[in-house]
Amino acid sequence: MSRTALRNVLAHKARLLMTAVSVMLGVAFVSGTLVFSDTLGTAFKNQSAKSYAHVAVAISSNASGSNVGGGIRPKARGLAAGKGFTQQTLDKISKLPGVASAVGRVSGFAGAADSKGKLIGNGWSNTGANFAPGPDGKDPRYTFVAGSGPAQTGDVALDKDTAAKGGFHVGDPVEVATNGPVKTYTVTGIFTTDDGAVTAGGSLVLFDTASAQQMYLSPGHFQEITAAGAKGASQQQILEEVKQLLPKDGTADTQTGKQLADAQAKQIEDSFSVMSTMLMVFAAIALFVGIFLIANTFTMLVAQRTKELALLRALGASRRQITCSVLTEAFIVGATASAAGLALGVAIASGLHTAMSGFGAKVPAGPLIIASTTVVAACAVGVLITMLAAWLPARRAARIPPVAAMTSAELPASAKSLLLRNTIGVILTGGSAGLVVAGAANGDSSGRWPVGIGAFLLLIGLIVLTPLLSRPVLAVVRPPLARAFGVCGNLAARNAHRNPRRTAATASALAIGLTLITGLSVLGVSIGRSLDKATVGNLSADYMVRMAGGMPLDPSVANEISKVGGVTAATALELAYIDIGGKISAVTAADPRGLAETVQVSMVTESRSPQKALAEGKVLVENKTAKSRGWKTGDVVRVSYPDGTKAEVTIGGTFADNLVLSPVVMSDSLLAPHMGKPEVPQVLVKTAGGASAKMAQAIADGLGNNPALSVMDRQKIRNTFGGLINNMLTLMYGLLGMSLIIAALGVVNTLAMSVFERRREIGMLRAIGLERGRVKRMIRLEAVVISLFGAVSGVALGLFIAWATGRTISADLQGYVMVLPWDRIAIFLGLSALVGILAAVWPTRRAARLDVLDAIKIS
Amino acid sequence: MTTSPASGTRADDADDADEADDCTVAVAARATDLTKVYGQGETRVVALDGVSITFRKGEFTAIMGPSGSGKSTLMHCMAGLDAVTAGSARLGDTELSVLKDKQLTRLRRDKVGFVFQAFNLLPTLTAAENITLPMDIAGRKPDRLWLEKVIETVGLAGRLSHRPAQLSGGQQQRVAVARALATRPEIIFADEPTGNLDSQSSAEILGFLRNSVREMGQTVVMVTHDPVAASYADRVVFLADGRIVDELESPTAEAVLERIRRFSTGSSHG
Repeated sequence: MSRTALRNVLAHKARLLMTAVSVMLGVAFVSGTLVFSDTLGTAFKNQSAKSYAHVAVAISSNASGSNVGGGIRPKARGLAAGKGFTQQTLDKISKLPGVASAVGRVSGFAGAADSKGKLIGNGWSNTGANFAPGPDGKDPRYTFVAGSGPAQTGDVALDKDTAAKGGFHVGDPVEVATNGPVKTYTVTGIFTTDDGAVTAGGSLVLFDTASAQQMYLSPGHFQEITAAGAKGASQQQILEEVKQLLPKDGTADTQTGKQLADAQAKQIEDSFSVMSTMLMVFAAIALFVGIFLIANTFTMLVAQRTKELALLRALGASRRQITCSVLTEAFIVGATASAAGLALGVAIASGLHTAMSGFGAKVPAGPLIIASTTVVAACAVGVLITMLAAWLPARRAARIPPVAAMTSAELPASAKSLLLRNTIGVILTGGSAGLVVAGAANGDSSGRWPVGIGAFLLLIGLIVLTPLLSRPVLAVVRPPLARAFGVCGNLAARNAHRNPRRTAATASALAIGLTLITGLSVLGVSIGRSLDKATVGNLSADYMVRMAGGMPLDPSVANEISKVGGVTAATALELAYIDIGGKISAVTAADPRGLAETVQVSMVTESRSPQKALAEGKVLVENKTAKSRGWKTGDVVRVSYPDGTKAEVTIGGTFADNLVLSPVVMSDSLLAPHMGKPEVPQVLVKTAGGASAKMAQAIADGLGNNPALSVMDRQKIRNTFGGLINNMLTLMYGLLGMSLIIAALGVVNTLAMSVFERRREIGMLRAIGLERGRVKRMIRLEAVVISLFGAVSGVALGLFIAWATGRTISADLQGYVMVLPWDRIAIFLGLSALVGILAAVWPTRRAARLDVLDAIKIS
Repeated sequence: MTTSPASGTRADDADDADEADDCTVAVAARATDLTKVYGQGETRVVALDGVSITFRKGEFTAIMGPSGSGKSTLMHCMAGLDAVTAGSARLGDTELSVLKDKQLTRLRRDKVGFVFQAFNLLPTLTAAENITLPMDIAGRKPDRLWLEKVIETVGLAGRLSHRPAQLSGGQQQRVAVARALATRPEIIFADEPTGNLDSQSSAEILGFLRNSVREMGQTVVMVTHDPVAASYADRVVFLADGRIVDELESPTAEAVLERIRRFSTGSSHG
């Protein structure tokens, strides 16, 4: 029997090709993701180990103003911030018996500008740090390829890639942007390093230690001390020694080099694991869609071979043998496709690796890791999915009676009643729709699980019910089609619901993709709109000034801007993490008058002006936070400031959700005494004449044209906040496009099979006078009808699920209103029709080429 | 040589055919030195070897011959379904050998009717829709009165809304005959129309075909290997090895059988 199976596979190569391609794509997705994440994970792990090779113990402080671009110190934010370590601490540590040398580090944002004044790098990854030479004049972290490290104020060293990008050589002047004004430095050296900040693709500017301390912390202080171990001293041993020297107030954090390397590797891996998980989800969707295609193909193959299988039965093959034979075929297809998919996956992984390097992300070089688990997982997934999908058709094949070998080949397409299927479908659909509605009715996040589970079951229910739905839908579609396209339209619509199961499976494959695409689009656009309302809607400022990559601004920026002519208010929004009522909370601190001019704070529980409450030293709390913490206006809460001071503040009122502000707002004068250097992520600017290109330029000029600063008008602010959602949607569209491709393959297969089954009909139509062109049109219309049927049901389900999901998130996202992006939906439907037309290209060509005489001859 | 007593009903069609060969009767189709060769080299098969024949209007012609004699090929070439290798095939005054696929399709649609052995109805369409399908394809409104007459003639009045799957083989073939008649084509080609039917249904179908010739003045060419079926025709043409070997006017089943017997013995001698 297995020989029969193999022969059958070979005999139906073309028909199985689509199936194989769909399995291959799914497997490629899975294996590509696994290989890619393994390869990157290993490479980063090696690199992290290398970059901490010279660190036995690192002691880091939670001193503020220490945003480091790279993953040097994966520290938890929000602990009470200290002032850093003094030179004395450093000296004491370096004299410890197990320590060979100790280096003090201080780092923050710094970026070099190219000749056009543009920042080299994206802001997130522009780091500046101190060059800390040991007694030998060398800093073990950096290897100089030209020149030497910066020794005095005004000197900098650049990493090799940044120097190459900007065309800098030793001795050249270079403009360097930091949180403060731009200054011109002299390049004294160009280096390479294993520093995570650079190896992850960022730029690094080295300053002399005194300048860096001045810029990033305070003179004489370090954020971090790294100690290199003496020979024979274990990292753990040094760690114990170091701990003795440090204050026990929790402002210092000690870790061994190994822990750091592991932590960094894990952090990098985690950031990739989100991506891997997402890719896996899409791989699962692709495979799920593929199941329909595979099941359809095998159903067709079995139907086509009814006589042959009946003959085998007549010759004495048992039912089990027939089932096995079909499953063996599925196995062969699955295994072949999985092998091809694995190869494709490895190719994709190595391609991604190269592409990422091409996009400027420095991915450490390393061999492609093809773990045995990857091979096993990919093949198992491919083979199992194929065999699972072929199982029902295989069972059906076994039920073919031997007598079918003798009777006419003209068997009814689907003799089996759909009654059972429809009953199950109605119950499942009704039940799950009820679950979704019930979940949505709560109107808060408690409905998430019911909606999620309900939505999934609803999708399944709809798939089960599609054959039933296809009848009325196609009956409605037929008259207009017949009117528009005459006999072709009429026949196309009738052919489309000739085999309801097949049409349903084909349409369902498309519906799944469109459900997800529509649902995500509606949610994305709606959330984007509500975010827009919560940001720009609450802003009366004309501009927002920010540092590239979300780095803090120098506190002097607001002052500089206020000097620009036409500026009526420049309000610095300081950000601090403060323990309020026993829980760390993000706090916005600002000048009350300036805040009132630039932000519309709409009070919920207090009618007095927010400005007055703040000026009185009270704090304002976001309504949502107040609710969850159980605070009311007039309550007094305990506060523990970063410097350790404890105090009590009165809640002066609650305000409606506002994305510009943190959950707690206080006056800057209240916070100032307790902060070393305020962290200012953004400055809001109000001008007399409103926004204009000239005004924006004037502000930029006033800030010395710092390349790292961006002056955003309201539209840019909108893009910044909504941009992330748009980027995510674009990514989703790209990944879900994959499921559309597989669905399109399904349409191709169904049509090819229909053309094959109806070749005599087509021959007759040609004989009695239907032109080739119209035969093609008839099949093309059938494809479009099936595609649009799937698309419309997908869109409808997607809208329903988006509505329900929207209800569950609306409580957390004030001002959430479902927005229906009709333009996008129209595009999706158009694309689905296009999928139908493209999928029909090959089958229509075959149909048109059909030899009339061959076709009408009796089989 | 039977002239239709009802030829007046289709007088307008008959008027065009002025190229009368036999002076008195118009020609519906004519093959002249028609040659059809399949394949090349060793696989070369001459299916038709210089066949010349005239199908007169209002005549029921049966084409007989053993398998591979070229009878189906002759019909396909005359119906514009297959291209000719050499010679001429004319339908009315149209030379088929020079027509392109699109023109041939139009010609079949407007001037030719088909009845196939396997009925070849569209299972998705009702009987009525199957009958009017050629008109739908052409985008023409069917002639109601004529249609009713055809439907009445083939006795399908009660079954018009049935799908082919709900009809017996004989009923399905009646639908096919009605479809062929509905457009009032210049010629109907029937390819073994009774090959899949029991004897009673066969007799009915053949009766309809003959009546269409007698009463409606239709021209019918039928390929068959059944002497009884052939006996319904006005004339039987015998083909063997791609050539016309004999002809019989006003045949009876016995006469046809007799001729066939004569060939087989004759060819076995030769």
